[in-house]
Amino acid sequence: MTVLIGQLFTGVSIGAVLLLIALGLALTFGQMGVINMAHGEFIMAGAYTTYVLQQVITAAGWSLLIALPVAFVVAGAMGVLLEILLIRRLYARPLDTLLVTWGVSLILQQLARDVFGSPNVQTRAPDLLTGNIALPGGITVANNRLFILALAAGAVVALTVALRVTPLGRRIRAVVQNRDLAAVSGIPTARVDRMTFFIGSGLAGIAGVALTLLGPIGPTMGTNLIIDAFLVVVVGGIGQLKGTVIVAFALGVLQASGEYLTTLSVAKVMVFIAIVAFLQWRPQGMFTLRTRSLA
Amino acid sequence: MTLFRGRRILAGAMTLVAAAALAACGSKTTDENTSAGVSADVSGDTVKVGLLNSLSGTMAISEVTVRDSIMLAIEEINSAGGVLDKKIEPVAEDGASDWPTFAEKAEKLIREDRVAAVFGCWTSASRKAVKPVFEKNKALLFYPVQYEGLEQSPYIFYTGATTNQQIVPGLDYLKAQGAKSLYLVGSDYVFPRTANKIIKAYAEANGMTVLGEDYAPLGSTEFGTITNKVKSSGADAVFNTLNGDSNVAFFKEYKSAGLTAASMPVVSVSIAEEEVKSIGTQYLEGQLTAWNYYQTTPGAANEKFVAAYKAKYGADKPTSDPMEAAYVSVYLWKAMVEKAGTFDVEKVREASDGITFEAPEGLVTVDGATQHIAKTARVGKVGADGLITEVWNSGQPITPDPYLKSYPWAGGLS
Repeated sequence: MTVLIGQLFTGVSIGAVLLLIALGLALTFGQMGVINMAHGEFIMAGAYTTYVLQQVITAAGWSLLIALPVAFVVAGAMGVLLEILLIRRLYARPLDTLLVTWGVSLILQQLARDVFGSPNVQTRAPDLLTGNIALPGGITVANNRLFILALAAGAVVALTVALRVTPLGRRIRAVVQNRDLAAVSGIPTARVDRMTFFIGSGLAGIAGVALTLLGPIGPTMGTNLIIDAFLVVVVGGIGQLKGTVIVAFALGVLQASGEYLTTLSVAKVMVFIAIVAFLQWRPQGMFTLRTRSLA
Repeated sequence: MTLFRGRRILAGAMTLVAAAALAACGSKTTDENTSAGVSADVSGDTVKVGLLNSLSGTMAISEVTVRDSIMLAIEEINSAGGVLDKKIEPVAEDGASDWPTFAEKAEKLIREDRVAAVFGCWTSASRKAVKPVFEKNKALLFYPVQYEGLEQSPYIFYTGATTNQQIVPGLDYLKAQGAKSLYLVGSDYVFPRTANKIIKAYAEANGMTVLGEDYAPLGSTEFGTITNKVKSSGADAVFNTLNGDSNVAFFKEYKSAGLTAASMPVVSVSIAEEEVKSIGTQYLEGQLTAWNYYQTTPGAANEKFVAAYKAKYGADKPTSDPMEAAYVSVYLWKAMVEKAGTFDVEKVREASDGITFEAPEGLVTVDGATQHIAKTARVGKVGADGLITEVWNSGQPITPDPYLKSYPWAGGLS
């Protein structure tokens, strides 16, 4: 029983990491149809931001807290730069965005190697986050995992509120539903795209900060995560926040149960088979956006 | 954009990525059907030796330190007059953490540079890749890292530990401490899988139970489930054969699950001083490692080695077991050449048996039959300063036994 609850928590925490990574991707992919392979490198940028801040601010707790907004802005700014320089010229050619952003991701990895060196680096976690909470029955819940869970929940709430309530959110939703109609209604779609890209990439930066609590920070850390994140977005239904949330946690729990019953590699295969089967049944993903778009 | 179009595009995109990844994995092979050895070029007043290490890529963090300590040994030997009145001229090549590249560079060092010997390689995969190259060309490789044993080549000298000089003594130590049950955690490739086979055979013969065995892909950073399994198994100790960065994620997870060196000690066989520094001392303090050498190993030879290394590369640079073995390799080669009176590979091999050297780890002796060396085994504990202090040693050098022939329980392994 203890193990079962422990595993459930592991699954939920894997899900939280997936969610943090996929959230920004769901936004940019859903909004603009851009397959951004450099999303993983924005995560890396967030992680290195934490590392750099820790060189300056030695109190680990403070540097982590300050890293959250700073990483958001750093990764967001990188996203906007990418949008302005390259992606905005390729909106009609989604497959080309894939190749271009993949090239960008390789360049960013090399840049990280040149700046920070090829060996991976570490950050110190604040003492508060290295411990755990002991529940009755011998169940322990790791503090860093709880923190990531809270961070993911916070990001979902903030994004939901932003999309529902703010004028920018209304514009984003309008552009997602019908870009042409939104444009003729006077919504500056180019500016909305840029803001969406800023928020989406910024969320990758936040994910990067969270990942420093779990493992090493290195130039290739993003490539390991990007495929999983795309899977979450596709299975969840493109452009669907609700689907992203549900699928991220579902895949996390599935992965954790598979790992427990078999091995890590077999669990990965199980998850892939489950996804393929699911997409046979519902090719449009878990949730579909009702759209009047003619494209 | 319609959703269906988006999906088809994504599917195409993923296929492209997969194809590119596959293409990158394709290996280059060189096959030249010459079998004659290439003799070293010793016509001038220098003799070339090859240094073959990963100076870039994922293994660079470890292998650059090995290259540095080989360079230190060469400098020392040169300033003392060289080998057979010739100065050693190092030729360094980058294996780039890529096994086919290792094979290519080995071929280049042997055939183009005509080196008298090559020092290097770290992972078992790189050693397996260059082994046929050295055998085909009848050239010498000195391999300085502990490995999984069950191998022997006439053209390789193994100066790191084989299993009976590291893993078996580590297990003996745990047994003496009263450990009755083990949990095995390792990276998913040749070294951990072979090592764990040996550990399971040992456990069965010594009344210990192996409660579980889990592998994570190299580079994996998700250890939630493994830590859960380890914790709920209630094992007396964990035997860790994870390599590289996975250790960082594993030990972070281990600590946050509330497991400690006191409640469930972990014995690691591929974490040395350099890695302790990069994983973070706070995650490793009190945990155990099994090696043949630590920076803190007492003795005049080691004091001299540590001082010389720090003087050359910086006071904050620790020395480690593979670095020491690499440093010793150069001196052993020098002694073999001087005993043989020639750089000729076959004569050097014949002269190798019984060569001794007062190494930083203590006296080492070359065993000509297996081309491994007798080494003292040590178990150490990670301290708050990131250095490892010995808690046990075998008292005397252990004769190498790469195929574990002297252990009845290892009968079915090789």
